[in-house]
Amino acid sequence: MAIDWPITEMAIPLLARGALTTLQISFSAIVVGTLGGIFLGMLSLSSWKFARLLARAYVDFIRGTPLLIQIFLVFFALPVLGIRLSETWSGIAALSLNCAGYVAEIVRGTVGSVEMGQSEAAKSIGMKRMQIIYHILLPQAYRPMIPPMTNELISLVKNSSLLSVIAVYELTRAGQAIITTYFVPFEIYALIAIYYYVIVSVLASLSRFVERRLPVW
Amino acid sequence: MEPIQNSADPRGSGPLLEVRDLHKSFGAKEIIKGVSFDLLEREVLVLIGPSGSGKTTILRCLNFIETPSAGTIRLDGELIGNQVLRGQNRPLSEPALAKQRRRFGFVFQRFNLFSHLSALENVAIGPRRVLGLSVQEARERAACDLERVFLHQHKDKRPSQLSGGQQQRVAIARALSMRPALMLFDEPTSALDPELVNEVLEVMRILARDGMTMIVVTHELTFARQIADRVMFLQDGMVVEEGPPEQIFSNPKIAATGQFLSHFLNREPLGHAKAQDMTR
Repeated sequence: MAIDWPITEMAIPLLARGALTTLQISFSAIVVGTLGGIFLGMLSLSSWKFARLLARAYVDFIRGTPLLIQIFLVFFALPVLGIRLSETWSGIAALSLNCAGYVAEIVRGTVGSVEMGQSEAAKSIGMKRMQIIYHILLPQAYRPMIPPMTNELISLVKNSSLLSVIAVYELTRAGQAIITTYFVPFEIYALIAIYYYVIVSVLASLSRFVERRLPVW
Repeated sequence: MEPIQNSADPRGSGPLLEVRDLHKSFGAKEIIKGVSFDLLEREVLVLIGPSGSGKTTILRCLNFIETPSAGTIRLDGELIGNQVLRGQNRPLSEPALAKQRRRFGFVFQRFNLFSHLSALENVAIGPRRVLGLSVQEARERAACDLERVFLHQHKDKRPSQLSGGQQQRVAIARALSMRPALMLFDEPTSALDPELVNEVLEVMRILARDGMTMIVVTHELTFARQIADRVMFLQDGMVVEEGPPEQIFSNPKIAATGQFLSHFLNREPLGHAKAQDMTR
């Protein structure tokens, strides 16, 4: 098979632009999604039953429906509600909402798995439930949270490729545009794969670095 | 060193703690079958009995770490864990219960120190977050309480850097920092290596001498005999014998008590063998 090197070379900087957009979108969604997820996770650990149910329902919906459909829902539903967002912001919103659901489960799971004796001791000195979660359990859950969080963030970066369907010019969409013009699908998809791989690898080693830096008790 | 403060104000006579007809079941299995007792201020009560007799469960029910199935507990006359609404006992809200719990100092068999905090922070967090002291005041109080358990030189170490005996003493300081009305000790030495048992018992002796009201669940019978004002012997979730230590240890009225004691006393100081079993 002959590789079309000139077009490949030309595509590298073009795809870099797309990769930059992917990074910007992913980063925004990671920040918003993680904060939202921590909040939702706290809700699902709270003693307020209504809040727990609400968090539960949200997580169930996010896990129970395909991300692609969620993207369409945000993209087409928000204008109906009178909220006009650009494609990019719709995409960030959809990824954030999705990410929050999964992060909520990670928070709930890791905080819940801190040894029982810790919360009993905190109870015994008169701490309230939210104080126990915030001051005792959450700090001890950071480290075990890193591996599942890394998985989630990696998924998010890769799933951002789905935003190509609502015409967000991220990495995948940028590649598709080149393909439709020059018809060199193999070269371009291979390049796209390499770009994703590099981004994800950097993310993964960053997470290992953070994990090493967090204390083991 | 600052004197032990019992938060109880000078009241008329009457027990500090009143336990009436306490029951606790886990599923269909009844662990505590109607236990009642009073505890006077400055009194040291020791609970002994074979394992599975319900000693630990009683202790955990007193401050509602375990919710009793039935019965009432009163501290200074105040109903614990429940409120009377229209003539019926209703469970107290979680924040109200948390407020009552501070008055019971609890020392766990497995220490349960907060693993992410230093010794000083372990002791200071209660005064800071629960009592609302300033950071400075909380740290000063914590330093002072660590001194009471002879650990001020280890204040910046984390639990994992301390020996079991040291961890348990930090746990005692943590409980003391809340200025509890009474202290509950749940087999405080049974997770310790034999050579570390004494430093913990010594701290408890000092507390008792200084007038702290205490309930102690222990297998250290020699220690129990020295420290107790009163001993209760439990079997199958019931108090089968109760009295001053001389009577229980030298002259048990019930055959089961005698058997239990001879089993343990004959093996002292090998009684520690049990402690080692539990660390496995």
